[in-house]
Amino acid sequence: MSSRPNIVEASKLRKRYGKVEALAGLDLEAPAGAVTAILGPNGAGKTTFIKAVATLLNPDSGTLTVGGGDALAAPQLVRRMIGLAGQNAAVEPALTGRENLVMVARLFGHNRAAAKAAADIVLSDINLIDDADRPVKGYSGGMRRRLDLGASLVGAPQLLLLDEPTTGLDPRTRIELWHTIRALVARGTSVLLTTQYLEEADQLADHVVIIDHGRSIATGTPTELKARAGRAMIEVRVAHASELASVIQLLAPLGTETARVDEPARRIAIPVDDGAARLADAVRMLADSGIQLDDLGVRRPTLDEVFLALTGGPK
Amino acid sequence: MTTTATPTAPFVRTHISPRTDGATVTAPESPPSAWATATTYAGRTVRQFIRTPQLLVVSAVTSVMFLLIFRYVFGGAIQTGPVRYVDFLIPALAAVSGLFSGGVVGVAEDADSGLFDRLKSLPVPRAAILLGRSMADTGLIMWGTVVTVVVGFAVGFRVHGGVVGAVAALGLCVLFAAAFSWLGIFLGLSAGSSQAAQGLSFAVFPLIFVSSAYVPVQSMPSWLRPIADNQPVTAMVGAVRAVVLGGDTVTLLGHSTTWFVTRSLIWSVVIMIVFATLSTRRFTKR
Repeated sequence: MSSRPNIVEASKLRKRYGKVEALAGLDLEAPAGAVTAILGPNGAGKTTFIKAVATLLNPDSGTLTVGGGDALAAPQLVRRMIGLAGQNAAVEPALTGRENLVMVARLFGHNRAAAKAAADIVLSDINLIDDADRPVKGYSGGMRRRLDLGASLVGAPQLLLLDEPTTGLDPRTRIELWHTIRALVARGTSVLLTTQYLEEADQLADHVVIIDHGRSIATGTPTELKARAGRAMIEVRVAHASELASVIQLLAPLGTETARVDEPARRIAIPVDDGAARLADAVRMLADSGIQLDDLGVRRPTLDEVFLALTGGPK
Repeated sequence: MTTTATPTAPFVRTHISPRTDGATVTAPESPPSAWATATTYAGRTVRQFIRTPQLLVVSAVTSVMFLLIFRYVFGGAIQTGPVRYVDFLIPALAAVSGLFSGGVVGVAEDADSGLFDRLKSLPVPRAAILLGRSMADTGLIMWGTVVTVVVGFAVGFRVHGGVVGAVAALGLCVLFAAAFSWLGIFLGLSAGSSQAAQGLSFAVFPLIFVSSAYVPVQSMPSWLRPIADNQPVTAMVGAVRAVVLGGDTVTLLGHSTTWFVTRSLIWSVVIMIVFATLSTRRFTKR
């Protein structure tokens, strides 16, 4: 980890809801001035953790500091440093975009004039200035998310908390929102975001924490995490599903582990030690066998594969 | 100031415009006061209400429906002694319109939508959020009251207690609305979802029917009478009726104006304190 100070530090956080242990001794550090992505499947404890950082809930035990302040003992101090955009776009459809932002700016503590000014600046930052005086009910899903993001920014928080910021968006809108978030970070805001999309973590984060069952199971940069899975993958896509079995058998000697099979896609991925050399072998063996292929190649493991390997693979 | 440093595909809009004026948002110096918090949230809630025609209509329609049914369908069969039934009914409906159109669903929706999560993450005095909600809901309830009274006039209701009586009735209705707004907030916070809140808002109907709101308590079976006589709604509708009717209320309604008004004031304060405390505790709990 870098020597930068941490904006969020959590140690041995526990939170239990009845029989479910949402946080089971979570340790997590988010460096200041960077994007930290918390990656995990549904129910891993991502939202519970964000809510703890946002001072919406008290963990049962453990310590949590945000910007150097104790989130459990001095929540009011922490609230002055954070901006939260939750899973739903918590914007009021009957109000205009501007009215929504002015309201939140007032509640951050701005006086009337400062609230209007802050709303204006953020509206042009998130490129909604032309739609600022239209009721939000006429906004698209992507515009609502941007406005929601904007609402968390009108108080100029040091730490932005984004809980699954792009869930439910179409791919194009998602990419647009990524660009918006990235540009904000370029201005020095620290971001803590949760996501279940590995690509999102890969695209946005400087620092990734993978959590499962309320614990952190791996941390690092996206590149580091991919390197942890280590091996290159040879990927084969056969033309006919009936030939999957024979390809697996044929290429088995090349792999360091058993092949991963995606039957509906007629695709096989085999982890290998020396990607380029094994690819040459595979090309030769498959050419000799006469099996019809759609595609054949070598690639680095994706974060998906890292994730599945760390969380015990697909069930 | 730099904008995005990453290469951008030509078809992707970044939605971050490069700033030429160097303007940036600065953090506020101090958190908002309780009053600013309450009025900001109240303002938003009132605007939401005014701009949502369904809310404007629905909140008044239940009360008006009951008004018309009781005025024209059941009213003829109900004996209210020397008082005309329409003069008996309308003050009662005005007094309890907070039980027909409170903020139960609105509060549950704000919890559902994630708005409360955002508000709680801000450096606001949390109790002031609920105070703002109560202020707004009191206004919304008064909208229902006004509609009821206007329709009431159209179907024959008249004020007999003079200007003093009318002003007193208005004051009482506002106070009751404020008290019921806290009950609504508590139910909304307890509901868990806006659908459940929809159902919960009917849970208060027994309170309306087992009271002197629609029928005189004397017409009820003897075992029910003590309940109806001593519950808050009876005191509240009695108070508004008494000031609106004026005259000898002991003969007309069975008790003096002071008797009704005192009881209704005590009940209002009790309801307010109990539900404001419960709601605040629920809302500020982490």
